[in-house]
Amino acid sequence: MPPIHTATRADSRGRNTDEPLLRVRDLRVSFKLDEGTVRAVDGVSFDVFPGQVVGIVGESGCGKSVTMKAILQLIEPPGRITSGEILYRQGAAQETIDLARLPPRGRMMRELRGAEIALIPQEPMAAFSPVHTVGEQIIEAIRLHGRQWRPDGRSISRRDARAITVDLFRDVGISMPEQRIDAYSWQLSGGLRQRAMIAMALSCKPRLLIADEPTTAIDVTTQAQILALLRELQRKYDTAIIFITHDLGVIAQMANYVVVMYLGRVMEEGPVDDIFHAPRHPYTKALLRSIPSMHGETRTTLPIIKGTLPHPFNRPSGCPFHPRCDDVMPDRCTKAVPILHSVAQQRAVSCFLHSDLAEPA
Amino acid sequence: MTSLSVADPTAPLLEVRGLRKFFPIAKGLFRRVAGHVRAVDDVSFTVQEGETLGLVGESGCGKTTTARCILRAIDPTDGQVLYRTRSNEIVDLAPMSRAELAPLRRDIQMIFQDPFGSLNPRMTLFDNVGEPLLVNGVRRRRERMDRVAELLRLVGLRPEFMHRFPHAFSGGQRQRIGIARALATSPRLVVADEPVSALDVSVQAQVLNLLLELQSSLRLTFVFVAHDLSVVRHISDRVAVMYVGQLVELAPTASIFQRPRHPYTAALMRAVPVPDPRVSGADAILKGEVPSPASPPSGCYFHPRCQFAEERCRREAPSLRELAPGHFARCHLAEQLTLGAGDTLAVGQSGFRETGNASDPREL
Repeated sequence: MPPIHTATRADSRGRNTDEPLLRVRDLRVSFKLDEGTVRAVDGVSFDVFPGQVVGIVGESGCGKSVTMKAILQLIEPPGRITSGEILYRQGAAQETIDLARLPPRGRMMRELRGAEIALIPQEPMAAFSPVHTVGEQIIEAIRLHGRQWRPDGRSISRRDARAITVDLFRDVGISMPEQRIDAYSWQLSGGLRQRAMIAMALSCKPRLLIADEPTTAIDVTTQAQILALLRELQRKYDTAIIFITHDLGVIAQMANYVVVMYLGRVMEEGPVDDIFHAPRHPYTKALLRSIPSMHGETRTTLPIIKGTLPHPFNRPSGCPFHPRCDDVMPDRCTKAVPILHSVAQQRAVSCFLHSDLAEPA
Repeated sequence: MTSLSVADPTAPLLEVRGLRKFFPIAKGLFRRVAGHVRAVDDVSFTVQEGETLGLVGESGCGKTTTARCILRAIDPTDGQVLYRTRSNEIVDLAPMSRAELAPLRRDIQMIFQDPFGSLNPRMTLFDNVGEPLLVNGVRRRRERMDRVAELLRLVGLRPEFMHRFPHAFSGGQRQRIGIARALATSPRLVVADEPVSALDVSVQAQVLNLLLELQSSLRLTFVFVAHDLSVVRHISDRVAVMYVGQLVELAPTASIFQRPRHPYTAALMRAVPVPDPRVSGADAILKGEVPSPASPPSGCYFHPRCQFAEERCRREAPSLRELAPGHFARCHLAEQLTLGAGDTLAVGQSGFRETGNASDPREL
């Protein structure tokens, strides 16, 4: 198992949050296809502390969405979690369970999914059922999972669930919530639909929220509204969020802690300011250089990352980034896979420039 | 041909005048026309030869419809699309028949957004890239092969790839193939509709560099449609901002980014998340949503979302006025407002902002 920063930390409000809510350790997910095996996630490790926003950033095929699906046990065959641990500290019992070992359709996982760990998907249009009103769908979720709303553990009446939903709609900035609750998802605009989705995700007061590119399908001015809303709700409910995106701007504005992925592996991780102002991995550095800035010279040649993302069946040997890396060390990087190694507190990099440790062959 | 006049070679390559495209809304059993979506409503601009005009706006603003009208992929409802031909004649593309357009088609080409949907998966690169040549009368296979090889080299792909199928290529490579196809007929004007928005960051820079290189080596003129302001800023000489079917601002790139004159442009710039955690754009947020082009608001279309809106903005539709040389904006208050760097547009307007947590207004 790769060594990982074990840091004691206190959050911005000074509380001791020593214990991570979620610890992902050396997670591996592969898809067995006729053409071969795709190692979509190939040894990913990171922690999520209570109230923290962890951003997972990477380009297509880096495994960020598969990681998210693995945490929720939503990997469908031919995909399979082949090894690793997803240690989740459960709310009520305060005991740690390994989600990777739970049967995906078992009672335990079904109780966690939606209740303790909620998802905001990329495409709210596809996530809501078009034949039920958005209100009905949220009310159903509350009645199914909403023990949090009733300390005595009794089920919630439809009327109460409806009242909760109206409050949630108001919370996420939907005007006229009493009317909008009876709307179908296709009657709502993209922004409202995503707000309704956020209301649904929050309806059971999750402790961990996974947002999978929640603003990718939305225009910039609406995106700014949704991001502000998520930030505000995060502060209000103190929910931990795993924020998955390919947009470095969104990551910079949303995350406290950033995990940079490439071809199923973590290239580096650390606090957001370090990643943007003191990146250590050649991939992160190159990625940051290649985005056109809002201040720099225009119509000039942008620094690029040479080459293209390799095809999943055609994974490079050694460090997955080596064919595109400017600092490649011919004998080392092409042959061995660097381990994600702690280089400072809360800071880990997988690159032979920073540590000579390699994965066992 | 409906040739209007013979112009001097310095006249704009393309001039769009009063362009309108309304889509009817049909209702009821007899598909009665119940109204119109005013997708493009009186848009005018020029594009000089060798220039890149960036056309930006949010979804539904009419930028793609404008692009399609220029290509005559759809028929404009009203207005002129004046194009200066190779013999320096100015012709209006808008009313032309298919037959009249045919010889001009090779001059105006398009690069599409989706590199997966825009190439025929059953055709090899040779057929995909070579088809425009075939359509335009290059019958000899040998000749087409030579040209396709040249085009592939031009966009940075190996000519040996021409016998492969598109599925063998990554998104960035496919976009290169799409560019090669657009260049097959040696066009003068290329309309690129979101050519990099489907690409990964690391590949996006490569394609932007390629477009800039090709523009200078082939003296291409670009109309570049996009929603990503940092990309538009990088590639454009001038930028046109659209909102609900209208141009709200049109200016040289440096000028518009330094000092936007329309509150919508300023808000749009502010909404772009900055890839720097030390720069906080969190609280400068435009409220509300884009109105439907089927029932736009009265007066200035932006007034329901504009923090500066006055009584006059609710009543009277502003016209596009020139405020500085080459800098046009559609705002009654353009002279009085100082937008852009350091101002606090829309701060405190977000309904979701926590009080007592105001951060610095974002610098532009």
